[in-house]
Order: sequence, then structure tokens, then C-alpha cells
Amino acid sequence: MDDIAANNHHDGPLTVALAGNPNAGKTTLFNSLTGLNQKVANYPGVTVERKDGHWRVGDRSALLIDLPGLYSLDATSLDEHIASDVLRGKVEGVAKPDAVIAVVDATNLERNLYLVTQLFEYGVPVVVALTMIDVFEKQKHEIDIAKFERSLGVPVVAVNASANRGIDELAEKVGDVIGTMPEPKFHLNGNADAGENAKIFARYNFISEVVQESVKHNDLDAHNFSEKIDRVLTHRFFGLAILVGILLLVFQTIFSWAEVPMNLLEQGFGAIGDTARALLPEGILADLIVDGIIAGVGGILVFLPQILLLFLFISILEDTGYMARAAFLMDKLMSRVGLHGKAFLPLMSSFACAIPGIMATRTIEDRRDRFATIMIAPFMSCSARLPVYTLMIGAFFAGQTVLGFISVSALLMLAMYALGIFVAVIVAFILKRTILNSPPPPFVMELPPYRVPNFRTVFQNMLTRAWLFVKRAGTVILAISIILWALAYFPRTEVLVPGGNASVNERASSDEQPTTNNELSPESEQLRNSYAGQLGHAIEPVIRPLGFDWKIGVALIASFAAREVLVSTLSIIYNVGKDENEESQTLISAIRNAKDDQGKTVWTPLTALTLMVFFVLAMQCMSTIAIVRRETNSWMWAIFMTVYMTALAYFAAFVTFQGGRALGFE
Amino acid sequence: MTLRDLEIGKNANVIAVHGDSAISKRLMEMGLVPGVAVKVVKAAPFGDPIEIRLRGYSLAVRRNEAESIEVTG
Repeated sequence: MDDIAANNHHDGPLTVALAGNPNAGKTTLFNSLTGLNQKVANYPGVTVERKDGHWRVGDRSALLIDLPGLYSLDATSLDEHIASDVLRGKVEGVAKPDAVIAVVDATNLERNLYLVTQLFEYGVPVVVALTMIDVFEKQKHEIDIAKFERSLGVPVVAVNASANRGIDELAEKVGDVIGTMPEPKFHLNGNADAGENAKIFARYNFISEVVQESVKHNDLDAHNFSEKIDRVLTHRFFGLAILVGILLLVFQTIFSWAEVPMNLLEQGFGAIGDTARALLPEGILADLIVDGIIAGVGGILVFLPQILLLFLFISILEDTGYMARAAFLMDKLMSRVGLHGKAFLPLMSSFACAIPGIMATRTIEDRRDRFATIMIAPFMSCSARLPVYTLMIGAFFAGQTVLGFISVSALLMLAMYALGIFVAVIVAFILKRTILNSPPPPFVMELPPYRVPNFRTVFQNMLTRAWLFVKRAGTVILAISIILWALAYFPRTEVLVPGGNASVNERASSDEQPTTNNELSPESEQLRNSYAGQLGHAIEPVIRPLGFDWKIGVALIASFAAREVLVSTLSIIYNVGKDENEESQTLISAIRNAKDDQGKTVWTPLTALTLMVFFVLAMQCMSTIAIVRRETNSWMWAIFMTVYMTALAYFAAFVTFQGGRALGFE
Repeated sequence: MTLRDLEIGKNANVIAVHGDSAISKRLMEMGLVPGVAVKVVKAAPFGDPIEIRLRGYSLAVRRNEAESIEVTG
């Protein structure tokens, strides 16, 4: 180790970059090298995701940078541009890498090696990590690693992250090359000044020679397996039916599996609230903590099981290779409305959250195609809508079935998702023929072989994304909960008397409402006169035609910051935190029993449906607006999106409610 | 002839990728350089895009892009 240390040109922690094609097993290797010791952030000024982790190279610690998945380093896409900048040490706050690990899929050698020949041009020592070697060997192909190393001119390590094969050797070889002058066997030489096509041709010629020298490919068609699966999954008729079936199954599973943990969480937060109430001296602080913070944040964290499950399924669909098939199946339809098949992946991700979805549109090269995709991404029902849908469906449609076995809950869910997609298609069609008019975009996409998903990668993916949700619950939603609580708490119109009962001041007694109505409890009187109540009353004339009363109005205003805030706001408005009943159904029963100022039931199945329709279409997410501003580099697009989406939402909700009433539903 | 006209299940070799756009460059970067063997595996349910195999992997391209790839007839 001593001579290695002597060769190093600096003594601080090392910087090592991990580069590779999409689907080459890069994420799995990264997770295996860094464990849970990783950090996700953005590169400065852009929203390309930056994933770092800590790794040990011999006795030195190294910062391992996971570059975005790349086919090339020619800087045609933003991802490629950033990766190229990192390798040249041009990114602020990131040292020029001391070495690069090139992740190469052994079962797809030639195309994976293309990126490696480009990495050679950066003057940074390269170590090749040969992944999928187990699959390669199972297919009875053979590779002579020593020959392969010699013809490439750089060290090669066969790795299998899940079996822990080659992991130590990789650290050793990286340690060996640090501080050395790399001597790869490929140079552009005379082709350096030639045209782009000549360069690409020269690289592939070199690759063909290397592979011919060191690899013996079995004649058996290794892709038999994937081809057989695809005979069904991308079948002319069955393919689309299976796609719909898979989505329906996912939603139904999310509902049934999440039920038990959600009930447990709800009871847990109820117990925490009770404990806090018992421990704290009565007064404003106890009210803030129990009714504001615990009810607000707890009301949203209850949905964590569902969000974990959704992310779990999306990760599995991505990791198995099915997501690319979905894009393959859908491309023709996408191109009909003028979108790129590549828009399918960002739009699918938007079902989890529009923010990563909008960030994922960077893979779309054409600006107009990209903007059209960004403009419709928020119509995909994201996980923040899930709490709203679940609450509404749980309160009014739970337990019903059609045809004996399909649950109405799952069908309604699917309908909400379908409505979002339907409107998105129409809007895209219009945008692409008006302000974002451009010829149909091209489509070049790899269909990776089907693979059994790596448990750890799927799990870690799920955790990373879920953590972002929890962080939001701890920051944005916490802040909104406190603000809302304060808006509903002040100005005070009640006098607290010992024993926890509140006596209403003279204003309430002079009111001419029937006193038997439970809505005239001191708490409701307080809310009515509070700042929040005044705001709700102010917008009530606008939302009356949608069947919403001023309390829903308060929740709507709050939910413009973030959709899921609706649930915590309703919890605060309906005093669920104060309810003695610890059953999980508290908010649901509060909604079912809510009466308006005239003593009429506020919520009917039609109101619930109208609210869901509004939430499918309205732009209620501060973070998304901020991301759109950043991605389009203009406030104009962000404001345009907010206005047209919300106008559309109002219109659709209006049609739903008034249409439903005309049809005799109440 | 072009890759667009190649029948499903048939093999051919690439002669050239025409055009001077980002797309023709991307096609070449993905390995579609002169001399390489390609096969059309299938078409998507609505007839487009098509799945082709080259260098041991599968790539989906639209018929429009396939038209810019000249192959041996």
C-alpha cells in the first residue's frame, strides 16, 4: 500500500466516479459499494440528480459519485453534459475524479464498451467493472479476462454485487491505478479531427476487435427468455390488456395491503396525541402540539404505507425491464398526440410525484416536446393525491363491489388516474398543435432483457423516494399545519374553563342556530369566527356551485400549497385530534357526519367525487410550480400551467357536481 | 433498401445511416454502424415502433428512424 500512497497526487479523500449505460447494473453496484451511506442532491444550477456515497479504497476513504446512466459522453443531452463536466473537474464543489469505474454489462458488451472508449479520452484512470457476469456465464459464454484487460489496456474486474463477488478486488484495482498515467489501447489518433460519424465508426471497430480476441459467444440465442416473455407482454392484443391489468392490480394491492399498517399508524398518532395532551399543561402550547402538529403531520404520515407500496411497485416495474415495454407499447399513441415515447417514463414517474417526473423530461432532446410533457406531467395522479382519493373513497365507497369481485374503490381509483391521463392527452394534443408546434419527435430506446429485480436496489429506491415524502411532511406540511392551526385558533372567541369544557361567549348564544346541532359545538363556533373561517366564507360563493361549503373552502385554500394538506386540514377543521374516539375511522366518520350551517349534510358521494375530480386536475403544489419555473427557466410557463390547470379543474368539478345533480344524485 | 422495409424475422447488414441530425448520431452511438448485423424482431401493437436486435441487445426505433438506416437487401 505504501508505494501506492506515494504515487497519489493528493492526500485528502479520493473522488471516484461511477459511469455506465442505463440498465448495466450501476445502481446495484453503487448500493453495494456504499451501503446506506449515500446522499442524493442536485448538481448546482440544474436539476440533474447527484448521488454520492462513501466507499473505502484500501485505507483511504473515497467519495463515490454515481453519474447518471449514459450511452455516450457527447453532451447532446443534459445528463451527458453534466457527466462530462464531472469527469473534467468542471463542476463546482466536485473534485476531478482520481479514477473512474466503468460499469460494463457483460451480456451487452459491445454497446457498453462504447462509453468506455469515450471515458479513455478524459485522461482519468479507468477500471472496468464487468457486471451481469453470472447471467453471462449461465448463458455459457466465455470471456478471457486477462486477454480482455490487455486489449483494452485497463484493469477489468468481474463483479456480482448481490453475491459480493469481486467487490474487494475492485477496491484493490482502483487503489492500484490512482495516481498512475492511464494507458488505454484505444486512441482516436488520425480520427480525432474527422467527422463525428468517423469517430463513432473507429470506436466500434476497436470494440469489435477487443471482443473478438477475448470473448467466445455461445451460438444459443441468449435472448430467448426475454423474447418468449415479450411474445405475451408486447403482444398485439394481449400486451395492452396486460398493461391495464397490471396497473389495476397494483392499485388494488396498494389498497388492500396498506389497510392494516395505516390503521396501526393512525392509532399510534392518536395515542401520541393523547399522551401529549395528558402530559402538557392545558393551554395554547398543548393545543398547538396536539391539534396543530400531531393531527396535521400525523394525518399525512398515515399514508406512508400506501406511498411505500406505490414506490415499491414502480421500482419493481422499472427494475424488471417492464417499464421500457410499456413505453414501447404506448409510443404510437403518444406520438398521435405529438409526444415522444420517452415522455412515457417521465409521465409514469409523475404517478409517484410530478417533481422527479418533470426532472426526468431532460432525456427528451427537443425543447417543445419537453415543455409539452412538463405541462401535462402534473395531470398524472401523484402520490400526494392518493391520501385525498383514499379518504374520499374510504368515506363513501368502501366495501362496495361490482360483478361480485372488483372493488368499487379500485375502479374509482383507476377512473381518477384515467381522467388525468385523458385530460393530459387532450391538452398535449392542443399544445403540440398551437404554441408548442413541432414535427413528430424521433424515438430510440433500449429494451433491456427481463431480469429478476435486485431486492436491495428496489428496496433502496423505495426508501429514498419515501424519505423525500417524509421530509416534506416534516417541513412544508409541518409549517402549513402550524399556520393553519393558528389561522383556525385565532382570534379566540371562547373562554377556557377548568375541566376542558369550553364555554362559548355571548356571540354564540345570540346566534339563532338550533342548539341541538352538534356543529354548534364551541370548537365549530371558534372555527367560524377564526381567520381561516373568514377566508373560507370569502370564497364560499365561488365554490358553492361545486357543492363545497366554507370548511371545504378552508381546506382547498390550504391544499394549494400541497395536495395532501387537504387531509391534515380536514383533520384540524373537524377537530379529529380532540375526538376521544381512538378508532382509525375518526376523520372518515367526522366527514360523513359533518353538517353545514343549515344543518344539512355537507358530504355526499357526489361531493366526494367532485372533490376528487377537482384534485385530479388542479395545480395544487408549490414544489411543482417551483420546479417548472426552474426547468423551463421562465415564470411564464409556471404561471400558465397553474392558471390553465386550475381553471380546467373548476370547470370539470362544476360539470361533475351539476351534472350529477341533474341526473338525480345528491 | 432501408430497415423500414426489412421484413419481421429477417436479418440484414447496415450499409449506412443517413441524415446529419442528432438522431442519426444517436443511432450510430447505439451501435448501428456500417457492417453491423441487424434483425427486425417485431412491431408494437399499433404497428410502430419496431423492435430490432443488434450486437446482442434489443432496440426500439420508430419506422421513421428506420427509414434513415440503409441495409443490405
